Amino acid sequence: MTNLNWLIGGPAGAGIKVTGLILSKTFSRLGLNVFGYTEYPSLARGGHNNFNVHVSKNKKSIAKKLDVLIALDKNTIELHKDKMSSSGIIIYDPAKIENIEFPNIQTLPLPLKEVATECGSALAQNTVALGATMALIGIELDTLNSVIENVFSKKAKIVDVNISAAKKGYELVKEKNISLNCLTDELKEKIEPKLLISGNEAISLGAIQAGCKFYAAYPMTPASSILHFMAGKAREFDFIVKQTEDEIAAINATIGASYAGVRAMTATSGGGFCLMTEGLGLAAESETPIVIVNAMRPGPSTGMPTWTDQSDLRFVSHASQGEFLSVVIAPCDMKDCFYETMNAFNIAENYQIPVIVLTDKLLSESYGTVDELDVNRIGIDRGVIESTTSSYGGKRYLFTDTGVSPRIIPGAVDGIHVATGNEHDEYGEIDASSENRVKMQDKRYRKLESLQKIIPLPKVYGSESGEVGIICWGSTKLSALDAQEKLEKLGYNVGVVCFKYILPFPDSEDVRKILKRFNKLIMVEANYTGQFLGMFRENLLIDVDDKLLKYDGRPIYPEEIVEKVKSVLSGGENNG
Amino acid sequence: MVDASEYNKKCDCDWCPGCGNFSVMVALKNSLARLGIKPHESVLVSGIGCSSKTPHWMNMYGFHGIHGRALPIATGVKLANSELTVVAAGGDGDGYGIGLNHFMQSCKRNINLTYIVHNNRIYGLTTGQASPTTNKGTITRSTPFGNPEEPINPLLIAISSGATFVARGFSGNLAQLQELVKEAIAHKGFAFIDVLMPCVTFNRMNSIEWYRERVSPINSDHDFSDKEKALSLALKWNGEDGEIPTGIFYKIDNPTYSDGLPQLSSGALVKKKLDADVSDVLKEFM
Repeated sequence: MTNLNWLIGGPAGAGIKVTGLILSKTFSRLGLNVFGYTEYPSLARGGHNNFNVHVSKNKKSIAKKLDVLIALDKNTIELHKDKMSSSGIIIYDPAKIENIEFPNIQTLPLPLKEVATECGSALAQNTVALGATMALIGIELDTLNSVIENVFSKKAKIVDVNISAAKKGYELVKEKNISLNCLTDELKEKIEPKLLISGNEAISLGAIQAGCKFYAAYPMTPASSILHFMAGKAREFDFIVKQTEDEIAAINATIGASYAGVRAMTATSGGGFCLMTEGLGLAAESETPIVIVNAMRPGPSTGMPTWTDQSDLRFVSHASQGEFLSVVIAPCDMKDCFYETMNAFNIAENYQIPVIVLTDKLLSESYGTVDELDVNRIGIDRGVIESTTSSYGGKRYLFTDTGVSPRIIPGAVDGIHVATGNEHDEYGEIDASSENRVKMQDKRYRKLESLQKIIPLPKVYGSESGEVGIICWGSTKLSALDAQEKLEKLGYNVGVVCFKYILPFPDSEDVRKILKRFNKLIMVEANYTGQFLGMFRENLLIDVDDKLLKYDGRPIYPEEIVEKVKSVLSGGENNG
Repeated sequence: MVDASEYNKKCDCDWCPGCGNFSVMVALKNSLARLGIKPHESVLVSGIGCSSKTPHWMNMYGFHGIHGRALPIATGVKLANSELTVVAAGGDGDGYGIGLNHFMQSCKRNINLTYIVHNNRIYGLTTGQASPTTNKGTITRSTPFGNPEEPINPLLIAISSGATFVARGFSGNLAQLQELVKEAIAHKGFAFIDVLMPCVTFNRMNSIEWYRERVSPINSDHDFSDKEKALSLALKWNGEDGEIPTGIFYKIDNPTYSDGLPQLSSGALVKKKLDADVSDVLKEFM
């Protein structure tokens, strides 16, 4: 087997996530690709949590069939046993779960808790399972041990307990002489260690690297980990993080900080974005550059707080009353989360508009590997700023050919003006005259000419032309790429056309040229109504041949895309 | 030396003759000038309403934002550039209705800014609906059978929410108002002034004469550092007939929000170089 699909499941509070992360990091240090995906209900204790680690040489996303299942309770077995691959193994503790047997699944009862207690703490039972996993694949324990040392670095005793727990787990499996034939060739190669990072961590680091000096937010899953990460780094990197009373205050404080001259950002999920919409319009009308991250989860209303989908695209693209320019960027992987957040600040400041970074639970909270993140790739470009003196005598909204006016920062001599949400003249004074309204709206929309030129075209992966073009946007790229690889191996000629910049829509003529190279087009996105498909049709005036829409809160699996493509090519029923 | 006239702007102010907003604007100009603050080093942030148009009639940096959100915007401005003098202003609907939560949270945060509420106890710009400080029983366009709700007491809210400077002014007493605004701006921390004023067009009940007969400056022996005394003084007037104390109710020195931020010890955020390098942090992800 060229990959390992491993899952640990149990009740909330059982250390599932940290265990999954330790395994993920072990493999990323060994230079392999890892995708760590976690599922959990919206509660503090109980329920069912799991962490899925998919390891391979070059896969990008998750996979359905499980090779190893660590079941910390019976519920986990019930929920996941049907996903076991033919050679898959379920590891469980017979002291906790009565002996189980299934006709077609290999089970491996191990005294996890007893062994952990012998090593010094029952809490280390998950680490016994990690040691067992290493033995199943035949990996020495040094890498796992080094990760354990880092993760528990603050408590030497816990490090010792866990290292001996891992060793015991390893020995237990070795004694039984059981092994899982996977990753053998992949692990033989000496590969450089990779970074293991979540989407939200990458977004936060991108913001810090871009010089974000003010971050205001109200907690909301799945965006909260940006708040946590930023708060932890605020003193080291000299910026301010403000947890506000609500999302209304968050966006307005962000606008205030940006008006005062610093790079400012806020992040939320759909429900919080609802509260931000009036502020979004204020940023647009006052031409105050801000970056807003919206991490999607299924709605409407509270919906499914800890699950994923892509159903806020239409909402964020059209939010707030009136008409104005904004940019929607949907990062497609962890690297994008870093670089596109940096780009978002540059675009926001150069065009003095709001920029929305649209991610989702799958991308924000999953962990993925990247070879490197280049801190120098994207420089800081702040656009036209007058911070000490204004040469335009307070004409903050000066009519210019480009539509971009000099951004005068309070404190600048000769720059006094009013920034306002009212329609205004060049000084920011209220002016509702017909003539001024048209001139000012034209000025703001004039920015589109140059903005459109920097909007990149969708990228094509796999075949540049062929039988099928799989069209996707944002995080769905990850599964689409794995599906493409699988289809190619099966002899299909398939490409993936992935959109990252969605608003303004990339140049339609150029996009159509790309799409024409494929005989059939299939849209894949995670929502009920085909939101991107609608924008696609509206902008390109063409349609797709079929579509795969998923809206159960679970990620789109590569296997599902493979099946769809096969059925379309075999003339299967068209439900598009 | 800064002359108050430096804060004058050539403009066509659209307030009604006799509006209380004029007094607050004059008080603000005089106070800023007397404190030696230059117009380009000060920012006035407002919400929506007649009084929220003040930034358009004054020569200082202004942010005329959206309804109820002056304080969050002002908070962002002040945290981004702690060297600016930041004043937030708006009406009673703006601050005590749609923006009440921001008001309470700003009190508790003790950010170093001044908040002036032009309290005419009616919605003026939207032509005369009941506001959070309209008396029970008052007939307005939205309460043709009399306002069914009791008015709120903004001073009680401010003191109990943790504001470190709480005062009540009256637009008909400019000398006192000027003094209050000056002290509020000079105060280190969140300073709040509720300014009672008439709305000559839509509040026929609480006219300038009505207030004149009832306002009474707080005794000079009032210990404004005593929270209990401040609270009982605030309870003295509930919006109905009766003596209305004006002046400083409460004033203490507490550390401001920024005092707790070592990030600001080396200067304002806006002055910092954008030279962050996360390379070392990235190593943690290996």
